[in-house]
Amino acid sequence: MSTPYAKLPAWADYGLIPLINLSVAFIVAGLVVVLVGENPFRAAVILVEGAFGKGTGIAFTLFYATTFIFTGLSVAVAAHCSLFNIGTEGQAYIGGLGIALVCLSFDATLPWWLIFPMAIVAAAAFGALWGLIPAYLQAKRGSHIVITTIMFNFIAASVMVYLLVGPLKPAGSQAPQTRNFLSGAELPKLNWVIELFGAKIRSAPLNVCFLLALVMAFLVWLLIWRTRLGYEMRTYGHSPKAARYAGISETRIIITAMMISGALAGMMALNPVMGDQHNVAIDFVSGAGYVGIAVALMGRLHPVGIVLAAILFGMLYQGGAELAFEMPAISRDMIVIIQGLVILFAGALEHMFRPYIQALFASVSPKTVGMEAVKGKGA
Amino acid sequence: MAQAAIELIGINKSFGAVRANRDINLEVTRGTIHGIVGENGAGKSTLMSILYGFYQADSGEIRVGGKPASIKTSNDAIALGIGMVHQHFMLVDNFSVLENIILGAESNALLKSSITKARSELDRLEREYGLEVDPDALIEELPVGLQQRVEILKALYRGAEILILDEPTGVLTPAEADHLFRILKQLKEQGKTVVLITHKLREIMAITDTVSVMRQGTMVATRETSKTTVEELAELMVGRRVLLRVEKGEAEAGAVKLSVRNLTVKDQRGVTMVDDVSLDVRAGEIVGIAGVAGNGQSELLEAISGIRRAVSGTVMLDGKPIDVTGVADPGELRDRGLAHVPEDRHHVGLVLAFEEHENSILGYHDKQRFLKGPFLNVDAIMADAKDKIAKYDIRPGNPRLKTANFSGGNQQKIVLAREIEQDPGVLIVGQPTRGVDVGAIEFIHKRLIAMRDQGKAVLVVSVELDEIRSLCDRILVMFAGRIVGERGPDATEGELGLLMAGVEQQEAAQ
Repeated sequence: MSTPYAKLPAWADYGLIPLINLSVAFIVAGLVVVLVGENPFRAAVILVEGAFGKGTGIAFTLFYATTFIFTGLSVAVAAHCSLFNIGTEGQAYIGGLGIALVCLSFDATLPWWLIFPMAIVAAAAFGALWGLIPAYLQAKRGSHIVITTIMFNFIAASVMVYLLVGPLKPAGSQAPQTRNFLSGAELPKLNWVIELFGAKIRSAPLNVCFLLALVMAFLVWLLIWRTRLGYEMRTYGHSPKAARYAGISETRIIITAMMISGALAGMMALNPVMGDQHNVAIDFVSGAGYVGIAVALMGRLHPVGIVLAAILFGMLYQGGAELAFEMPAISRDMIVIIQGLVILFAGALEHMFRPYIQALFASVSPKTVGMEAVKGKGA
Repeated sequence: MAQAAIELIGINKSFGAVRANRDINLEVTRGTIHGIVGENGAGKSTLMSILYGFYQADSGEIRVGGKPASIKTSNDAIALGIGMVHQHFMLVDNFSVLENIILGAESNALLKSSITKARSELDRLEREYGLEVDPDALIEELPVGLQQRVEILKALYRGAEILILDEPTGVLTPAEADHLFRILKQLKEQGKTVVLITHKLREIMAITDTVSVMRQGTMVATRETSKTTVEELAELMVGRRVLLRVEKGEAEAGAVKLSVRNLTVKDQRGVTMVDDVSLDVRAGEIVGIAGVAGNGQSELLEAISGIRRAVSGTVMLDGKPIDVTGVADPGELRDRGLAHVPEDRHHVGLVLAFEEHENSILGYHDKQRFLKGPFLNVDAIMADAKDKIAKYDIRPGNPRLKTANFSGGNQQKIVLAREIEQDPGVLIVGQPTRGVDVGAIEFIHKRLIAMRDQGKAVLVVSVELDEIRSLCDRILVMFAGRIVGERGPDATEGELGLLMAGVEQQEAAQ
């Protein structure tokens, strides 16, 4: 019979629970810091100051966040169609190949504002194609998307290693990377925006891709909650049977969703490749695809949440680097541990504290009790 | 002086703003069968869940055998001798009967001794209560009637003195239900107490000693069964007089709208579920397919509506074929005027996580009037949803509310409103009133008859014989994938029951 239905108020669902998860992650991380004999409070101050204290720090934080917004959106789009795309890593890597081809061909002749749109298209197309194959195998052959996308990450890595030590490597170079792009393929920095607020920036890679990421976040929101395609994706995501009943083609919706997801993943490569390094090097994605999974989960698959979660992870990356520099006892690996704890509590154990909080709400105000976890929903 | 087995005093339980139980008092006498009736959402299951330790009451007292009891988990309930047979069986399909019975009651880490003990104990229980069942049979191989018997044995094995059955006959044939009632009577004679939750008044009249009626979370009356009538109970349940049988005129059947010939459908495992079925539905008539759940009715509906691919056979809609063995697309069939209210509204007919207005376009979301280019025309969709809410009295009337938060009856109205308002020529409906309360049943039946009177062809599949008999102009009975007989609406329940059980298969296959 009828299930009791009330749920937590939105502010608790979207604000309180992530905050508690985050706090627990930092408390546990603090214990680890104590374990290596450092002062956890000082470490926390260094971390936050490193990320937000100076103009350069903010620029770096937002640069990393840009990358994570793309990968988070990529994971979220697929997840709305109940596809767990683990392949964001590989799709971004292959997206980098598309950018390399465009930039290496035109950087001597065209200005950045002509190359940038071409590179966006190439990155999206290459990422989408890398998502297409697992999607086709899922839709037509029933090969599980989790397995195939993981395998495609390895294939992407192998392909890129082959290309970057062979055909794409300039003759005589010993570095496994393309030649550096000429200035035509360098994206303008956004550091002047932060400087407007009076902060000083030495040199930081924050570039126009940040704006592109925000635009994509808005477009993803539009896609998921305001278009027919998004409606069909959500229908399939919640209930494949209902989708079949509604006349939505399973094959078409899986392939479309995965290609959009792959395209967003591919676009992530624009940020480090054209905005920062100005070449394509081995392993330039360096795990951002996997971080995207945590970002998407922590952001509850909503673009606004994803942008916020991406900034949090950007802060961890940037602040973490400062921390490793300031506290010799805390090595680079320690930072990875702290990031891992955030992922663990905010992503994997997302629902751990929910029942207790619901019980608490139930005892305080019976009007707001929820008996079951309610999945995140749209705007 | 009869002693009370269970006393509930002043039980209150709220879920959010919903007061599922308010100030409930109930006394169940030892050694009797006590029925609890009420519409869906009246709070029957909540009350029993409190008794069985799934929920805690906000306030109130429970006494078992005269002593105050604190029931925090189902283990507490079991220790107090309370057993529960759930509506949806809690059995492990690929375990044997014996393994299921000791599940959760294993006495030590090695199973051998538990199994030996259980076998002799089971033997005793079977003899004592006439509950024969092969202890080594696998659950998945047993018919539902026997699976239910295993559930009862499970409770008795744990020493239950008080047995709660939640909607036990929903999945049973009339014959199986009768057998269940004999078992319950036997349990009563042995001094056990039975609490029977149901919304079927016929069963209440047939078997209970006392009946309590719940409405909107309150206990509105308790009667001795011999001193009440079905009409009085129905009125108490709904709070007003209800028509148990819809009034309708003679059908004026016209041309054949939907024609099925030699349709055969297999399931994923390759088992034939629909076997060479042929039937016609004419304009202006309601054809009903009766049968015990699982005899191929679901697959038949799915094949006709394009959800499941058929192996062979033809289906004609308005004289033109539907490609049921190939790529029949539900979207295309909708365009051709075939609407479908699926039997599983939770997973097929609705997306429960969607807001109401999103579900009111499911399947019609590709229609131009709901779109602006690639975008959803949210204003048009909302206006349309509000329109349907008003027309079908869907409550609460908020198109922004999540669909899961509507009651079963209102969810069904959302689906019906969506399908009927498209003005289809053919409407096929699976289980029109499953899990729907009495008030809404009346409404839904009237709507279907109105469709018929407008000259639409309506095909109804239902496991509720009463519904089929009161609604349909022709009744087809399905057994083991075949249509085993056709009867008029005046066919007796016994006659249909025998057909449904496959007893008269030879004589009936006309």
